[in-house]
Amino acid sequence: MNNSIRVNCTKKNLKQIRDFVSEYLGQLALSDILVNQIVLAVDEICANLIIHANHEDPTKYIYLTITEPKNAVQFEITDNGLAFKSTDYKEPDLHEYVRMGKKGGVGIALVKRIMDKVEFTSKDGANACLLYKKIK
Amino acid sequence: MKITQDIKDSTIIMTLDGELDASSSVILDEELSDPEIMKYNKILVDCRSLNYISSAGLGVFISHLQRFEDAQIKLIFFNMQEKVRNVFEILGLDLLMTIVTNYEEAITIADE
Repeated sequence: MNNSIRVNCTKKNLKQIRDFVSEYLGQLALSDILVNQIVLAVDEICANLIIHANHEDPTKYIYLTITEPKNAVQFEITDNGLAFKSTDYKEPDLHEYVRMGKKGGVGIALVKRIMDKVEFTSKDGANACLLYKKIK
Repeated sequence: MKITQDIKDSTIIMTLDGELDASSSVILDEELSDPEIMKYNKILVDCRSLNYISSAGLGVFISHLQRFEDAQIKLIFFNMQEKVRNVFEILGLDLLMTIVTNYEEAITIADE
């Protein structure tokens, strides 16, 4: 089964990424809720890369590769945009967000809560995000 | 994402059909930002055909909550699929928003 996909940086392509991940996970006999959570985590990272790291520039690309380490599923998402600064990350205070009418800022929190491992690395202008989830 | 509105007196029933992601949630934001909506005091959101929600969709609801609360407009979600409800629960949003099982329950809570 094909385990990698490349899409250019427009938000419309998020659907294509989700369909690709859903189809791949379909062969692993996971619950609907778990499949949805994993698809969501990958979608959140890709949305951040497309919107924030690459400013929705359709001439730029992101790459996703799925692998299956023992009893787990792993996603590597790479791009050449602006690097994610994990030091800037703060746990969202939802009551504060509601008070402020804040629209964004809960995506990475979802990813961190869903996945068992979330790593960001950058080297020579290339960035990689690694998402790891135990499935057994 | 397709959004349809059904108006009954002071209540809007908003039906969401499709997926709310970073791309499609803009449409929802436009609907909820419409000043017309402030004329009603109950917004019931039918989520039966909402198959997916990402942080962008959640963010739209979060960003309007205070405005509705200040205007004493009740926002109630019903018929939500389990996998979608799970996403609200991961963040604890189910404690900040009103999510009920079905239409009857939504109406009852809206009238309280």
